Formats: sequence, C-alpha cells, structure tokens
Amino acid sequence: MSTRGRLTLLFVAILALGGVAVGSVVRASARADQRDHQQDGGPPVTAGQVTLSGADDATQQQQDRQQQGQQDKDRQQGQGRQQDKDRQQGQKDRQQRLVFRNMLWGPHRDELVSVPAAQPAGARTASGVHCLRFYAAGGGGICLQQASGVLQDTYRAVVLDANLHERRHFALTGIPTRARVSDSGRMMAWTVFVSGDSYAGGTFSTRTSILDTRTWTLVRSLEEYQVIKDGAPYRNVDINFWGVTFADDGHFYATLGTGGKTYLVRGDVQAKTVTTLRENVECPSLSPDGTRLAFKKRIPDAPTDAPWHEYVLDLRTMRETPLAEQRSVDDQAVWLDDHTVAYALAGDYGSDLWTVPVDGTGSPTRLATAALAPAVIG
Amino acid sequence: MYLADARSVTKPAGPGSDPGRQASTSHDHHRDHGREHRRGRRLARASLARVVPGTVLILGTVSLVTDISAEMVTAVLPLYLVTELGLSPLGFGLLDGLYNGVSAVVRLVGGHLADRGRRYKATAAVGYGLSALCKPALLAVHSMTSIGLVLAVDRTGKGLRTAPRDAMISLASPAGTQGRSFGVHRAMDTAGALIGPIIAFFIMRTTVDGFDAVFTVSFCVATTGVVILLLFAPSGDRSPAPAGQVPEAAEAAEAAEAENVSTRAALGLLRVRELRRLTICAALLGLATVSDSFLYLLLQHALGVPDEWFPLFPIGTATAFLLLAVPIGQAADRFASWRVFLAGHGGLLVAYGLLLSPVHGDWLPIVVLLLHGAFYAATDGVLMAAAAVSVPAPLRSSGLALVQTGQAVTRFACSLLFGAAWTAWGDRTALAAAAIALTGCVALSALLRPEATTRPEATTKGLPAR
Repeated sequence: MSTRGRLTLLFVAILALGGVAVGSVVRASARADQRDHQQDGGPPVTAGQVTLSGADDATQQQQDRQQQGQQDKDRQQGQGRQQDKDRQQGQKDRQQRLVFRNMLWGPHRDELVSVPAAQPAGARTASGVHCLRFYAAGGGGICLQQASGVLQDTYRAVVLDANLHERRHFALTGIPTRARVSDSGRMMAWTVFVSGDSYAGGTFSTRTSILDTRTWTLVRSLEEYQVIKDGAPYRNVDINFWGVTFADDGHFYATLGTGGKTYLVRGDVQAKTVTTLRENVECPSLSPDGTRLAFKKRIPDAPTDAPWHEYVLDLRTMRETPLAEQRSVDDQAVWLDDHTVAYALAGDYGSDLWTVPVDGTGSPTRLATAALAPAVIG
Repeated sequence: MYLADARSVTKPAGPGSDPGRQASTSHDHHRDHGREHRRGRRLARASLARVVPGTVLILGTVSLVTDISAEMVTAVLPLYLVTELGLSPLGFGLLDGLYNGVSAVVRLVGGHLADRGRRYKATAAVGYGLSALCKPALLAVHSMTSIGLVLAVDRTGKGLRTAPRDAMISLASPAGTQGRSFGVHRAMDTAGALIGPIIAFFIMRTTVDGFDAVFTVSFCVATTGVVILLLFAPSGDRSPAPAGQVPEAAEAAEAAEAENVSTRAALGLLRVRELRRLTICAALLGLATVSDSFLYLLLQHALGVPDEWFPLFPIGTATAFLLLAVPIGQAADRFASWRVFLAGHGGLLVAYGLLLSPVHGDWLPIVVLLLHGAFYAATDGVLMAAAAVSVPAPLRSSGLALVQTGQAVTRFACSLLFGAAWTAWGDRTALAAAAIALTGCVALSALLRPEATTRPEATTKGLPAR
C-alpha cells in the first residue's frame, strides 16, 4: 500500500473513532441537563434552612409553633398527665429529623437534605451543601466532599457547625467511604479508599483518620496507633482500618484488616492503641445505649460479589444475631433508635435507605429512595 | 515506503561510541557496513530518521497513544468501582500475585511466538488489540470478579506485546544507537502516561458521571494506536537488522535459523554467556528494587509530607523519567548500556540512603523522585539495549522477554520480601536491609560484568576503522 493510501486510511480511522469519542462525551454531558431537572414521582425537594440541632427548618418550626399553642391550650384546660406525656413523646418524634445526602435527580442532587423522622419519604428541605458522605451528632457534622482541582479531582473533609457552616477542612487522599461523629459532636472520624500507585492499578487500601475538633488534633492514619492483637503488639504493612464508631470522646470501635482477615478492634484515643476483640466484624455501628454493635459479617459460602450479611453483636454476651435482611449489605449501619437500624442498598438512583429490626425479626422496609448517609438529628 | 529502512541511515557507530562495545560486534560488522552504506545513501533524504529510526518513532507513537488510553482508565477506575458500582475494592490486591505470575508466563510465550516466523508486528497487534477491547468490556461488566477478569486480560495484552515491540525497536536500530532508540520510545511512552489522567479529568468535568465517556474515548484512543501500528509499523518478514552480535550469539542465530526458531533454539539462548549473565544480574538487582508504592510510603513517612502531596509522587517520578530517558539512553550508547544500567541502581541506592539519612528538607522529595525517575531512565529501556547486543536477531523477542521476565519475577519477590521485612522490623530497618541487599547485588553484578567488552579476543582485533 502506498504511503498516501496509508495516511488516508489513518485519517478515515481517526475521523470515525474521533466521532465516536466526541459523541460519547456529548451524550454524557447532555446527561447533566437531564439530571438537573426535577425527577417525576419522587418527593418534592425545596431549598430551605437545615441545621444539625433540634427542630429548625421552616415547616418544622411552623409545626412546632402550632403544636406548642395546642399544648398551652390543653394545659389551660387541665388535661390529664398521661396525655401530656404522650404528646411530649409525639413531639420528640416529630422534632426528630433525618439529614442525608439526596440522590434524587434535580437541582438539589447530592445536597444534604432534611426530612421529619416520622415522614422519611416526605418533602425534603435542601441545604445547598454538597456531600458524598455525611454524619452528624451533638450539633457537629462531618461532610466528605469533592473539590475540583486544576488538573485532578480532590476530596476534602469539611467539619460543619450546627448551621452547616464550615469550621475547618482537611485534604483527603482518596475516595470517601465512611464518616462518623461522637455523640458529643467533638470527635470525628472518616475513611477513604486509596488506590495503588502502580502502573497497572489494582491494589487498594483504606486510610482512616480521627480528628479532635476541640484541639484540632488530627491523627492522619490510624496506622500510627499501636496494634495489640491477641494480647501482643502486632505490626504488618498490610494493615488497614475502616469504619470507626465512637463509644465516647476517648474510645471507639473500628475494623482492622490484615492478613486477609478482619477484626473488631476497640481504640483508645489517649493511649493511641487499638486492641483486637473478635474476628470477622466489619463496619461496626454502636447502638445509642452503647450495648450492641450492628456490623457486616463475611459469609464463607456467599458469592464474591455479595459477601456480607448484617448482624448485631451483643457486647455483654458476645452473641451474634443475624438480621432479617437477606441481601448483602455493604454499609456502616446507622441506629435510628434502640430497635431499628438503617442502611443503604443499591437503588435506581444510586442508593435507597432501608431499615430492619435489630432483634432478627420482621422484614426490611424501604425508608427513603435516592438517599445515602443518614444521620438522626434531635 | 518502509520507515524501518531508515534505520540504516544512521551511522553504525557514533563518534563517541564505546570502542570495546563496537569491537565486540566486529564479526558482523564488516559485512553490514557496506550494506548499510549503500542503503544509507539511498535513504539519506529521510532527515528525521537520521536522528531516530522511523520504526522507533512509529512504535513510540503507538505506545504514547496506548498509554494515554490505559492511564485514562487507571485514573477513574477506583472512583468508578466505589461510587458507580458500589464495590468495596479492598482485597483487590490479593489477586496481584496471580496477575504477576500470569503476566510473566504470557510475556515469555508472546516473546517466543513473535520470533516464530518473525511475527513481531502481528503478536504486538494482538496484544494492543486485546487491551483496546477491554475498555468497552469494562462498561459491560459490573461485578468485582468480572472486572478482575477484564483487568487480567488487559494485562495479558500488555504482557504479549512488550517483548515483540522491544524486539522491533532493537531490530530497527543499528548498533551503537540502541540506547537512544529505547530512550526515545520510553520517553514517548511516559508522556502518554502523564497525558492520560488529564484527559480523563477534563471528560469527567464536562460530564455527569461520565465514566462511560471515559471508557469509550479510551477505547477509541487505543484503537487508533492499533491502527497506527498496523498501517505504519514494518512487518517482521524482511531480513533482520544487522544489530551487533557477539560470536556465540551469531552461532545461536545460525542454529535458530536452521531450526526455524524452535522452542529448543529459544531455550538455547541460555547458553549465550552474555545473555545468561545479564539475565542473572538483572534478576539479582530486581531482588533489591523496592516497589514504587513502598518507596512513596517511605518518602511520606520520612518527611511527614501532607497527604495531598501523595498523589504527586508518581507524577514526579514519571516527569523525571520522561526528561531523562533520551539523554541517559544516549549515555548508554556512549558508555556501554550495562554500565549505565548499573549506575541507575547506584542512583536508587543514593535515594535509599537519603531516605535513611537524618537530613531533611523541602528539597528531599524532589531529589529522591529525580533519582527514582533517573533510575527508571537508566534501567528500563537501557536493559533492553544491553540485552539486544547479546541476542541473535532471529531470537530477539524471546531473548528480551527472558531478561524482562527475570527482572519482573524478582521485583515481585522483592515486594513480598520487603513487605515481610517491614512487618518484622519496621519501615526504616526494612529499607536499610534493602539498601544493604542492593549494595551487595550491585557489587556482585559489577564482578559478573555481563558486558561483551570483557572478551579479550574481540577487543584485540577488528576495530572498525573510522
């Protein structure tokens, strides 16, 4: 073939392949418009004020005022004490809210939204704050978000105050996966996936950081802590930590992975140690009363793509109870109260939130569609 | 037009060529010289090719384009697995050992197949094509297992093509310019690796969850690479290039030709003393070469640099590699590639020393990464240039695959050993141990001296008149 012929062929090939390439990019960017339009059928999402303490978004405040008026009236009329107590409980439930990442298509996609805990599928109040992962407690929040760099995307952990304003932020080295805050709101922890640097890719590890928001002391990696495994100091390059859950401001539980196994560890912030407690416990989540851990357990015969089952471990008896959810849960569950946990499963819009009783009874119920990373507020 | 023919334009020996090395090639040299001279005049008009053979530029372009495609995917794959597929990528590295083993076997098989009937181009095209097909396949599969499988096929493609491609580069380059040719090729290759992630980033920025767009564009780019290879790379069925050979290699070449490049002939390569020693030395040095990820971890531990700097480390190494590949390749032509290869490991040893030393400063990561990049520039292509001299042309691909595999296998063993040492003793002690091992391996390799210049009978006669 002549040089001219070859060059013509190359030109034609580049034209055709270039067309396919440009077409795919155009198609993918057209998706941006589509996803900015409010999706049909989902709950309405409107901008409003969202806070991380008590009841505060506009509708809630209105409801509260009405309720307060009613209550005052009732009192004047000398209603019974039991009725009053019921109402207080009812008020508490109504005041309780869920804040999570909204994944519904529309202008508020990926923003933190608030819904009344009693109507999780109801109208969502959007905060304007974008997060990939989120958690909040004690009036403090942690938001792991994407930040566009000049030549590459970066991620950062933003510490939020009760009004969702940034207090400080910290650069992350990988893709956010887990975030937790201690009950007081003082201690925060997050986990990211770090991908290998080798040419062919393939190796992944996790990096878990712990932040004290009172002193702003940041432990960049839990790997700085002394590991005590089976009663003796332990060291290994393949050590990974993920999924911290705080017991109090000085202690936490987490997962330690090493040598192809995972362990439940108890960590001590002051002593900078983690001690292994039990094998095959991932992504622990401590109950509000501090007596039980919800966690995902690797099942030996399960398919490699769905390896986990959600369990609850009683810390006093060390007895495990499998939950009624039959699907493989890859999430760090959140306790809605002492009897129910919520977790994310893949859904039509990224993920949906589901709940299941913690005693192994009942069956899973969908809590909210197109939602991720919930936190109970109030 | 056969671009490969342009290789003959280059003078067989530059003014600064190492005379000893040149002498070692004397057996073939007289015969080749006249032939090259005639062809050289015929093609003297190809001025660009005077600097670097056209085949090398073509293969460099193919590698550049292919690396853009590969690194585009590498840049977004972790995010794709975690956010789009919701997979936990932990434990993904467990298959790494298996991949490495498969890759080593594939490389040897690919190298040998390419020599049979001189199907360098065909074998390389299959390798590049296989990797290109893996890009759309990534979009079709959604489970960890199947994605692992696609990545394994991608690596198989890479394993298949490496040795035939390097054989084509060496066969297209006259003796005394091998280092420069490999340097140019590796520089172009690395440039692609640096460009790829940037393109992926811009696609992700203009789209919403544009992983499909990244994979599609990556496929189109990779296919362009295959098209360039098929249209412009020379087919291997023409006479092999007159690259310099040692006498034993020439005998093996004759044997190979007689046996039509049988497996026995390929195994016979181990009887070529220079090649055997080179393979042993490369493997020995590979045993003390700490993997990139460990080195970056050590750098971070030593300096306590902020986390956000960490992703910049590989970019630093690649940039240094890109800038130094050609000058160091030329140095390899001048001072004998084997010595440069050894010096590169010396540079790595200095980097280890700096990491162990108590001196710290803002300059330290820059110097360490510069040394690390220089190490790659002085070892990656240069090793191929060194090996090419000892391998007869009909067995070039098999021979290069042998050396590469020896090195890759021991480097993998090193990462296992280093991991164990880290576990047992901690990072600094492990690095100190690696530094001692590297010192020993460098000393031992220097003693073994696999370079052809050690042959007294070759140095005393047949110096080309210039």
